[in-house]
Amino acid sequence: MDTLREPFAYEFFRHGLLAATMIGALCGLMGVYIVLRKMSYIGHGLSHSVFGGAVVSYLLGWNFYLGAGAWGFLSALLINATGRRRGIGADAAIGIITTASFALGVAVISKTRSFSRDFEAALFGNILGVTPQDLWVIGAVGAVVASAVFLGYKQLLFSTFDPELARVYGVATGRVETGFALALAATVVASLNVVGATLIAAAIVIPPTTARLLTDSFGRLLALSVLLGAWCGGVGMLFSFWFDIASGAAIVLLATATFAAVYAATAARQRLRLRQPGSAVPAPAPAAGRALAAAVTSDQERA
Amino acid sequence: MTTPFAIRLHDLAGGYGGAPVVRGVSLAVPAGRFVGLVGPSGAGKTSILKAILGVLPHVSGAVEVDGRAVTAGAPPAAVGYVPQTELVDWSFPVTVDQVVLMGRIQAMGRLPWASREDKREVAAALEKLGLGGLGGRHIRELSGGQQQRVFLARALVGKPRVLLLDEPTASVDPKTRDDILHLLVGLHDEGVTTVMTTHELNAVAAHLPWVVCVNNGVVAQGPPADVFTEPILSRTFGAPMRVLRDAETGGILVAEGHGHGPVATRRLAAVPAVAAD
Repeated sequence: MDTLREPFAYEFFRHGLLAATMIGALCGLMGVYIVLRKMSYIGHGLSHSVFGGAVVSYLLGWNFYLGAGAWGFLSALLINATGRRRGIGADAAIGIITTASFALGVAVISKTRSFSRDFEAALFGNILGVTPQDLWVIGAVGAVVASAVFLGYKQLLFSTFDPELARVYGVATGRVETGFALALAATVVASLNVVGATLIAAAIVIPPTTARLLTDSFGRLLALSVLLGAWCGGVGMLFSFWFDIASGAAIVLLATATFAAVYAATAARQRLRLRQPGSAVPAPAPAAGRALAAAVTSDQERA
Repeated sequence: MTTPFAIRLHDLAGGYGGAPVVRGVSLAVPAGRFVGLVGPSGAGKTSILKAILGVLPHVSGAVEVDGRAVTAGAPPAAVGYVPQTELVDWSFPVTVDQVVLMGRIQAMGRLPWASREDKREVAAALEKLGLGGLGGRHIRELSGGQQQRVFLARALVGKPRVLLLDEPTASVDPKTRDDILHLLVGLHDEGVTTVMTTHELNAVAAHLPWVVCVNNGVVAQGPPADVFTEPILSRTFGAPMRVLRDAETGGILVAEGHGHGPVATRRLAAVPAVAAD
């Protein structure tokens, strides 16, 4: 019992736990839209892009959140604008803009080696160094993004399902895309210190992909993804403390294990259903199979 | 404002950069008319619909719907659109109700959930199209004909004056195709101006009073009896086409240039010509 209680005796852990839970929920929320837009790679790319912004902000003495946030927002808008150009596509746009931004950060670091150590947290996450200011920023970003998703629920759903037609039906898709880019950039920047640039993609993609295996309802998908994200963030932090491993890695490994368990369970349930008498008529493709097929297609499109 | 012409395209050229996909398109669709756009793949049928919707960037010319100018990025009001179902992401987690609700997005409030009125309108649209009781189903779980009708319900739930349909009878069996066409004829009888693209020439001849032949521009337009001639269709499709006519019923049957004579003759009686309105 003491082992269970022990981490809560430390203030740094309580801060880290709260931050990881909030970030997990926030990434789970944004991840639903990213996965359904088949832009899973954007979380990975944008976190690298923001890393470049973080380095430049540091060099120019700007506030980290403002500098990196503005950089991420600009990158997301550029990706959006470039990806719309015929013959380019979102995957190539992400590849060009985010790696260029990351390369800029690396170039600045290599030129000024004296402060390279400070960016380990941005690359791999350092949840044990979460300050009260970080908690306020994460809380504020989470509240604003959740409110925007609540108020723009229908517009976001329609423009994710069919962006061209949403415009025809009067949805201001330009404003929706700009707002989405802003929310995504804010999410990535707020998450950077918790899971690090190298692991954010998993925090964004795994919870909604896992939730997708469990439901065909968009509303339930949002709720489940948020809960799974929070679960992976919070419990992952505890595992990080108990097993003395990096917090970002613990969160992502737990998320992957959860995905694997749900995948196996849903596949087994599907097989059982097909074996039941009277199930001669083929049922719809198992959710697990569909999600996997969608992921493979998405990967192939990226390649 | 209502004008005698629900849709007007004047010398329109448009595309997505590079060479225009359509050019020199002039078309005037009177209010309440049911029009079929026919032509080979890549002829610009979908592009014409997208120009009417304000999605296709215009290089030159003008588009009006209900007397109001339409430009790229400024979609017209009171227009319903049914896209090609091949372009729909069937694994997307939405129910039939949610898809149809999208057609009412302008009338809905700020809150995420549907009001009682929204639900009533959606249920009425589904009932009208024979989909009552299927609102809670995932869109993937429906048959091809039902899926097509779900998107028709989404277009109709906003009570449009103009209805545009892109290949609504593609990938469905002949019975479902005829059901959909009868449904569209019924809507047309209610006064909805309807424009649909299709490859089904014989279905057009049987059901539609007006046809426009398209091949990167308008080749010809008029009642099927006047437009479905071998020279016009061969020019439209860039291949020899045979047109058989029944002297007694006025029925028309279109076939590719070779080897369909006997079959065509047998089916002729089933394809009576429709008078233009």
